[in-house]
Amino acid sequence: MASELLRVDDLRVWYHTRRGAVKAVDGVTFGLLPAERFGLVGESGSGKSTVALALMRLIRPPGNIEGGSVQLDGVSLLELPEEQMRSLRLASIALVAQGAMNSLNPVVRVRQQILDAMRDHGMKLSKQAARAHVLSLLEQVGLHSDVADRFPHELSGGMKQRVCIAIAICLRPKVILADEPTSALDVVVQRQVMDTLLRVQEQLGASLLLVGHDMGLMAQFASRLGVMYAGRLVEVSPVRELFAAPRHPYAKLLIASLPSLEEKGAFRGIPGLPPSLLERPSGCAFHPRCPFAMPRCALDDPRLQEVSPNTWVACHLYDRDQQQVAGTARVAQA
Amino acid sequence: MTALLEARDVSKVFGGGLFDKRVTLALDDFSFAIDSAPPRVTAIVGESGSGKTTLARLLLGLITPTSGQVLYDGSDLRSLTRADKRRFLRDVQMIFQDPYEVYNPFYRVDHVLETPIREFKLASSRQAARALIHESLQAVGLRHEETLGRYPHQLSGGQRQRIMVARAVLVRPRLIIADEPVSMVDASLRATILESLRQLNREYGMSIVYITHDLTTAFQISDAIIVLYRGGVAEAGDVDLVVSQPRHPYTQLLIRSVPRPDPDRAWGSAAVREAAADEPNEPIHIEVGGGLLPAEVTARVAAQAHGGHLVRGCSFADRCPFVMPACRTDVPPLFQLDGARVAACLLYSAEGAALRSQQLSEVMSA
Repeated sequence: MASELLRVDDLRVWYHTRRGAVKAVDGVTFGLLPAERFGLVGESGSGKSTVALALMRLIRPPGNIEGGSVQLDGVSLLELPEEQMRSLRLASIALVAQGAMNSLNPVVRVRQQILDAMRDHGMKLSKQAARAHVLSLLEQVGLHSDVADRFPHELSGGMKQRVCIAIAICLRPKVILADEPTSALDVVVQRQVMDTLLRVQEQLGASLLLVGHDMGLMAQFASRLGVMYAGRLVEVSPVRELFAAPRHPYAKLLIASLPSLEEKGAFRGIPGLPPSLLERPSGCAFHPRCPFAMPRCALDDPRLQEVSPNTWVACHLYDRDQQQVAGTARVAQA
Repeated sequence: MTALLEARDVSKVFGGGLFDKRVTLALDDFSFAIDSAPPRVTAIVGESGSGKTTLARLLLGLITPTSGQVLYDGSDLRSLTRADKRRFLRDVQMIFQDPYEVYNPFYRVDHVLETPIREFKLASSRQAARALIHESLQAVGLRHEETLGRYPHQLSGGQRQRIMVARAVLVRPRLIIADEPVSMVDASLRATILESLRQLNREYGMSIVYITHDLTTAFQISDAIIVLYRGGVAEAGDVDLVVSQPRHPYTQLLIRSVPRPDPDRAWGSAAVREAAADEPNEPIHIEVGGGLLPAEVTARVAAQAHGGHLVRGCSFADRCPFVMPACRTDVPPLFQLDGARVAACLLYSAEGAALRSQQLSEVMSA
């Protein structure tokens, strides 16, 4: 789509270990529309956090971005020299990391930490303007101006996480990545932090990529969801459709495994175990656990295809009417 | 009837050193009795700092109360005879939060299953021991050929946690205390582990105390629930009643804050947002008199002088949208409401009879 702000194509990130390459992200393709809230869900090890880090180009050895492309507003991020990428971080694309609140420097006051972030990324403001900017940032994330003069240990977890959000938005990025931004917080505080994040995103008109495993949070938060399994997207759907009529068998079982606070006993686990990324199952990675598996699922890797407008699924169950198209595509590739 | 395990007027403060005047009140005058018949699942729900883990450790005798007693079959945990202590260690089993830390990485996982068999002489021969292990693994949905003989790092977190549940099956305790058993396990495996806990309760007649921060799973597997807030009981009773019609303002806030996995059920109203502010859920810190005595001792004396309480007023008063002047000065007792439910909130002082904290179990088992 031409109107996409961020375009990720066939992204591959591998971690090289002694026992071989761990294919944490193995061909992920999706786009982010302007001002959209996109949720990326998956279990631990599905590669969702690695995607977020790769978009920031923060993958460290033994991890390596093996291929694919990331286009942000027409700029190809993976091809930029490190120095230019550095200036884009925070200015164009910012990350609120998992447990970000623990990334604050314990011996530096909040004000200085925000100022440092702005200066390090090339924001030139007079001393007075910078101080005013810090206060307006704190106000934006719902914190009292007193907080500027405090040390991180004087703040609660929720307040620290808001400070991290303030830092993330200090240069008005176009894309905000939030990786489990509330995973260490209690539910009441979690809700406040999420509300803050949403409000800030709306004010900036930024696109938001929320990475996480909490389907409840996603349901409340995202307009579109991408479900990851074993390093790939298996389904991308508008959030209502995904919850009401999930297409991919894994998504179906995932939705069915969610306990409810209204109705008892209506949830069940997914049989089997998550796959090892070192020895990815042949064909579709989900086939050993899939109740609908067919013989070809162990052989053929399903491709993510649009099965109805805006709904993309990687599963052979949805091949039938498109078999010819998929077949020609494979031949063309070969 | 003597309860299997009972906390009676238990308070726990964690004090600083000799001259430290500040103590942290982790649990304030808590009483609850757990019976093994009929076997029930009781959830203890609270956010961080609510005292739920302190309670688990007190019930297991891992720490001793500052005031009050924990009783096993009527005798104080601190003064059990050798034989009783042995019985206690078998009757009450623990499942911990982190399925990574309970294993010794140098032993195969078989070790955690073989040890209790040897220790409690559960089997008369090697063959009988094997059969017992296989049976207990099967009970939690694990295949022994895929589990035994492996080292902990070769298994997933979900498998490791299920082995801990299998271990509990093996020992056949009367009570299992499970502290956040699924918080580190992926969603797809969570349901399986909770189901096997539920099975222990139904098929093997074990009572379970399920300690968690997650209201949804508590609702799913328990019969009764105790909601803790900053060291005290906020609301307790029949789980369906408490979850579907919470009465304590804190429970209401908590339930409205749970993100429902349903895009059409929006997060609750904006009013809660204001009420919640950014108050940390920290345990209560109290200044007790200075002097040469350790703060913990001073706190104990002070608590006895003040009818068991070290705090003034309701600990939720600062966040409560319905706060009244009396809430700042009086510690709300447990008021009995609609039969099998109590709430510690002065809003209900006209509606229900005030109970002594020890009467909580009577209401809960009604």
